[in-house]
Amino acid sequence: MSITGAPARGGQSRPPRQLPRLIQPGGPLPLAGHLSRYGPVPLPGDGAALIAEAGRAGLAGRGGAGFPAARKMRAVAAAVAGRGHGLLRTARGGVLVANGVESEPASGKDKMLLDRSPHLVLDGIALAAAAVGASRAYLCLHAGYPGLAGQLRAAVAERESAGISPVGVQVTEVPGGYVASQETALISFLNGGPQRPAFVLPRPFERGVRGRPTLVQNVETLAHLALIARYGAAWFRELGPPQSAGSALITVSGTVREPSVQEIELGTRIGDLLERAGGPAEPPQAVLAGGYFGGWLPYPAALNIRMTDADLRAAGAALGPGVLILLPESACGLAETARTIGYLAGQSAGQCGPCLNGLPALATAFDEVAFGRPDGDTLGWARQLLTLVAGRGACHLPDGTAALAASALRVFGHDLRRHAASGPCPQAWRQPVLPEPADSGAAP
Amino acid sequence: MSHRLRVNPVTCEAHGVCAELFPERIAADPWGYPIIAPQPVPDELLGHARRAVAGCPTLALLLDRLD
Repeated sequence: MSITGAPARGGQSRPPRQLPRLIQPGGPLPLAGHLSRYGPVPLPGDGAALIAEAGRAGLAGRGGAGFPAARKMRAVAAAVAGRGHGLLRTARGGVLVANGVESEPASGKDKMLLDRSPHLVLDGIALAAAAVGASRAYLCLHAGYPGLAGQLRAAVAERESAGISPVGVQVTEVPGGYVASQETALISFLNGGPQRPAFVLPRPFERGVRGRPTLVQNVETLAHLALIARYGAAWFRELGPPQSAGSALITVSGTVREPSVQEIELGTRIGDLLERAGGPAEPPQAVLAGGYFGGWLPYPAALNIRMTDADLRAAGAALGPGVLILLPESACGLAETARTIGYLAGQSAGQCGPCLNGLPALATAFDEVAFGRPDGDTLGWARQLLTLVAGRGACHLPDGTAALAASALRVFGHDLRRHAASGPCPQAWRQPVLPEPADSGAAP
Repeated sequence: MSHRLRVNPVTCEAHGVCAELFPERIAADPWGYPIIAPQPVPDELLGHARRAVAGCPTLALLLDRLD
């Protein structure tokens, strides 16, 4: 295989020197067109070399947590090879789960990637499976997109009949709400169990689907891997700052002229990203970065913040799964946040007491903040709840909800004082900007 | 050699035994679920910590050795 900076064998076209990398203009390429654009899939003779190349590239997971892809792959490869601790020894192959479930309501980038570049994701699946020693793969997407699932099954069949399908790929539609795409909840579902996050060992890389070492990787991460395997780590690092290398797909919505999925160089200014989505459609007041586990940033200060997880965290938000929502002046940030906290509280799997009790309490307190006339007691209780719920669940639902709520109290402080003095603003009852899917109930 | 307490939030049912037995490190939240102080458990409190772990009716309290 070729994992140097030079193009791989096979005579494909030169690596793209600028954007886009992942989603080309025009419709999705059929397999033949895809292979003539990118060249054959450089399956690794030595899995460790591909993992090392992903490590040198600094590829971080694009599903929301930003975990280094190479570290995850190395752990699964070690468990598959039986190099783990005594009990983990296994002679069977591992399992790869390509996570495209994307249950973040304002995110559309994984669906778009699967729709427009299915073969790049399937290349990534073949490569990652080969690198860690997985003998079976699942490509998971959210239930409710039968057309997309059909396209993906057709793409899988196309590769099988072309004889370039080293690992069986099962396209799987996953129902459920916000926590359905959480790693351990997804594995539990694939094992026929309830869609609930797990707290106790084993961790997926040790024993996941069918008890096998399991690599769960976001579909965009796998698409980047497909390019890194062909063009190398140095090429990947041509874009983005050293600590946040490469490009990323960002779903931009809210009051922009062209709500869209944008592939950006990491480190791009929020202002430049908004311009690429057509700029503001009406006067903005704030930006929500990182989705519902992210945070609010005030406008226009947000414009100069760069799209890396470190920069966004320093400003009180996060990169998360790459979601940016521009909030207009005509909306009430407290009301938007209150509705979203209510939605997130309803997404609790109901397993952990602090989440099961704390999130509804936080939602009630925020309803009073947004739609009532909050006194000092209400605000004090809301602030106390933020510290009470954070870090006390099996998954990050309580932490993420608390972070969003805390950022709202910070950024919409002037609204808070106005609500306290004279009740809610009329904007509180306008059409919501933040989406809140009615069809996705809590996990069973 | 210090130790760290953790609670499994899935199996914890807020019986409150741990907070009774080890108030030096465990408090109850408004719903009765334990809030565990983040600092490690020193050796002189280890006996109390072990009693709290043993007393949990759902075995949700965990004591890990920090190496």
